[in-house]
Amino acid sequence: MNLTLNIWRQPNADAPGAMHAYAVEGISEDMSFLEMLDVLNEQLNAQGEEPIAFDHDCREGICGTCSLMINGQAHGPEVTTTCQLHMRSFTDGDSITIEPWRAGAFPVVKDLVVDRGAFDRIIQSGGYISANTGSAPEANSVPAPRDKAMRAFNVATCIGCGACVAACPNGSASLFMGAKITHLGELPQGQPERYTRVVDMVAQHDHEGFGGCTNIGECASACPKEIPLDVISQLNKDLRTALKQGK
Amino acid sequence: MGTIDPSGMTATNGPSVQQSDDAHGYYTPGEPLVDPVAPTGPISQRWTTRKFDNRLVNPANRRKMSVIIVGTGLAGGAAAATMGEAGYQVKSFCYQDSPRRAHSIAAQGGINAAKNYKEDGDSVHRLFYDTVKGGDYRSRESNVYRLAEVSANIIDQCVAQGVPFAREYGGLLDNRSFGGVQVSRTFYARGQTGQQLLIGAYQALERQVAAGTVEMFTRHEMLEVIVVDGTARGIIARDLVTGEIETHLADVVVLATGGYGNVFYLSTNAMGSNVTAAWRAHRKGAYMANPCYTQIHPTCIPVSGEHQSKLTLMSESLRNDGRIWVPKKKEDCQKDPRDIPEEDRDYYLERIYPSFGNLVPRDIASRQAKNMCDEGRGVGPMVGDFRRGVYLDFSDAIARLGKDGIEEKYDNLFDMYARITGENPYETPMRIYPAVHYVMGGLWVDYHLQSSIPGLFVTGEANFSDHGANRLGASALMQGLADGYFVLPNTIREYLADAPFSKIDESHPAVVEAQQDVQQRIDRFLSINGTRSADSYHKELGHIMWEYCGMERSEDGLRKAIDMIRELKADFWTNLKVLGTADSLNQSLEKAGRVIDFIELGELMCIDALNRRESCGGHFRAESQTEDGEALRHDDEFAYVAAWEFGGEGGQPVLHKEDLIYTAIEMKQRSYK
Repeated sequence: MNLTLNIWRQPNADAPGAMHAYAVEGISEDMSFLEMLDVLNEQLNAQGEEPIAFDHDCREGICGTCSLMINGQAHGPEVTTTCQLHMRSFTDGDSITIEPWRAGAFPVVKDLVVDRGAFDRIIQSGGYISANTGSAPEANSVPAPRDKAMRAFNVATCIGCGACVAACPNGSASLFMGAKITHLGELPQGQPERYTRVVDMVAQHDHEGFGGCTNIGECASACPKEIPLDVISQLNKDLRTALKQGK
Repeated sequence: MGTIDPSGMTATNGPSVQQSDDAHGYYTPGEPLVDPVAPTGPISQRWTTRKFDNRLVNPANRRKMSVIIVGTGLAGGAAAATMGEAGYQVKSFCYQDSPRRAHSIAAQGGINAAKNYKEDGDSVHRLFYDTVKGGDYRSRESNVYRLAEVSANIIDQCVAQGVPFAREYGGLLDNRSFGGVQVSRTFYARGQTGQQLLIGAYQALERQVAAGTVEMFTRHEMLEVIVVDGTARGIIARDLVTGEIETHLADVVVLATGGYGNVFYLSTNAMGSNVTAAWRAHRKGAYMANPCYTQIHPTCIPVSGEHQSKLTLMSESLRNDGRIWVPKKKEDCQKDPRDIPEEDRDYYLERIYPSFGNLVPRDIASRQAKNMCDEGRGVGPMVGDFRRGVYLDFSDAIARLGKDGIEEKYDNLFDMYARITGENPYETPMRIYPAVHYVMGGLWVDYHLQSSIPGLFVTGEANFSDHGANRLGASALMQGLADGYFVLPNTIREYLADAPFSKIDESHPAVVEAQQDVQQRIDRFLSINGTRSADSYHKELGHIMWEYCGMERSEDGLRKAIDMIRELKADFWTNLKVLGTADSLNQSLEKAGRVIDFIELGELMCIDALNRRESCGGHFRAESQTEDGEALRHDDEFAYVAAWEFGGEGGQPVLHKEDLIYTAIEMKQRSYK
């Protein structure tokens, strides 16, 4: 198929950016979206134009590196990551708009690459269980109820890609945070730090410039791992409890 | 099985004496190699004794010592967190935008540990035995025993961190069994065990970043190791965003930079996975051990065309219910498989291996799939001159268990397959083909995980030490975390106990030289101004490696490959085209540096494969097979680690042999008939 691509190009964080149109031809429907961009980049390299920078790594939907707003949707039209999106979701002659994640807390580094360091700093503020190496008790000495462990797992599948933030009109990272709060809060090992964790993470989230949650739900529908919206309820519940306790 | 001599004094084999010399003219014979810190005594006591004998570093002194750790996967992330907790000053580096993205995250199946929760006869000794045997008797027994010993601690540690392993109704941990063993010792988190373990290590690491013990450098790529007076004292790294060439000095350097499977271009590795850190260290004096040992996984989604950038693994559990076949007649290969009658199908694994059938070991399943396609009976799209795919057919299983039964067991895999191929595997057979997904070879290390450069330690897939010629399923995660959490922190202190080391600064001639080398290389990439992209060289290298150093290797093929790689290298340096600048984010420039290191590694892999005229584990030499076409080891000639020393630019690599002597296990020919 032949396509027209409208792509955001920006030389670096400080320079202004603009949309550029490119034509690609002979795209197979078996290609992944990123392989289609590889084709474009080979073409640009041959023409003497600098290839387009975009983030990607595992290309199997698990590392969370790839991003892209595709026709205004985070990771494009399917419920998956951009690297697992295939060209059979498009048709010959389509015009496709490709932009970086749009969020104040994710500044553009170059072209389609953004800086998601704010997510790491939210984790640093409390998204862990303090357990130094060697200090762990025997693994089966603390049983964890199966349903709670399952819920913990289901939300721990978050890949930290940032689609939730990019999709949210407020640029909120509540789904990302809620997933971590719920993952650690459902496990017995996560209880000692449960309420300081939520307070510290929310403070860091706000400090980073992410917006507040107004229950729109775009985040959950954009999430390639289908993290449910109720993790945000859990986040708010834990936060209320923490504040009542004076944490 | 059983311990041969509990005192650990009696060897069960003698040193090997190589008769053949296939690689004559390609290498220089070197002095034999001995692990200078190899432990002795009863195998079950070796690690305990060593932990006690290794000197301690006083907590007040740890604060004055600096440690560089490159890579943030299981081995690097776990080590950085643990060293930070202990109070050292740690600098951690990764090329990704976050340490959470390292490729350990993609491991699916699980992690082995000798907990014996199922009371099915598992023990440290059995895990040790299975791992040495699975590695086709080409690993060091002391290292493997230690791995089995610390395996149980890993599970404790991960649970304490909040890793959500699968659990039973009573809330206790669940296990499953995994390829090649008869006990259930694999802990898992659905098909995402690597992800959950990595997130655990990542969170522990970020906790130390917050505590100020670890300084994190994301989007940084190590491009050189700094060696001062024969000792590793730091690295040169490039800030991938600003392009700045940075010098980082330390008391000790740890490489946890993963495997080099991407030398084949197409593999299940991440796009960024590379050999550069390890190869740069090799060029500075670190020996590269058994580089030809590659594991090729039989059940991956096949290549769909020339544009393909990456291969995706499908869990090998699928072989429990799927039947593998190709058409008997070449002319049927383009037909809809559902139109090919039963009598025209060749269920070749069931035919050749009637007792094991579709469940033969990974290497056999892979090699036979290649044979069928080489005969022209492959299916799916034409890639090059052949169709590269075989059918994995669930129609019998669907008839037996119903569609619901199959859905329950494999739904996520079927979905993934459908997403990538656009075909519905409930209706038409899957197509699968083998793919490179792990390398057992890597930088040579001693029992302390120290390379042949003092002060340079290597952990995880980047080293060669624990898997011999073949790795068992669910053992990669075990080794990464064992090295990072429990082994390295206990061996590196013996080295650091000699501190303080001589003071050096950025004006030291060795540091200046390393900086200049890196700068000149970058300038050279940008100034060639030829016509071909780095990616096109990578792809061509991959074709050569896959064809001649892939599932089956032969003397003639390897010689041919070496010539082709040398030509490719010469062309690279005259015809490469990299656009953009050195002082900004430039992914083409990054790629160029990685590709040329892969090219150089590829040549060494072929020389290693040429020298090893035996078949063992993932290394199958056409010249060394039984009458039935099965792998044939030559323990009398090759029960050694091939450790290659860099022979200088344009020079020949130097081969050092480290004999593998077993005291707790007896070598046997692997059998699956």
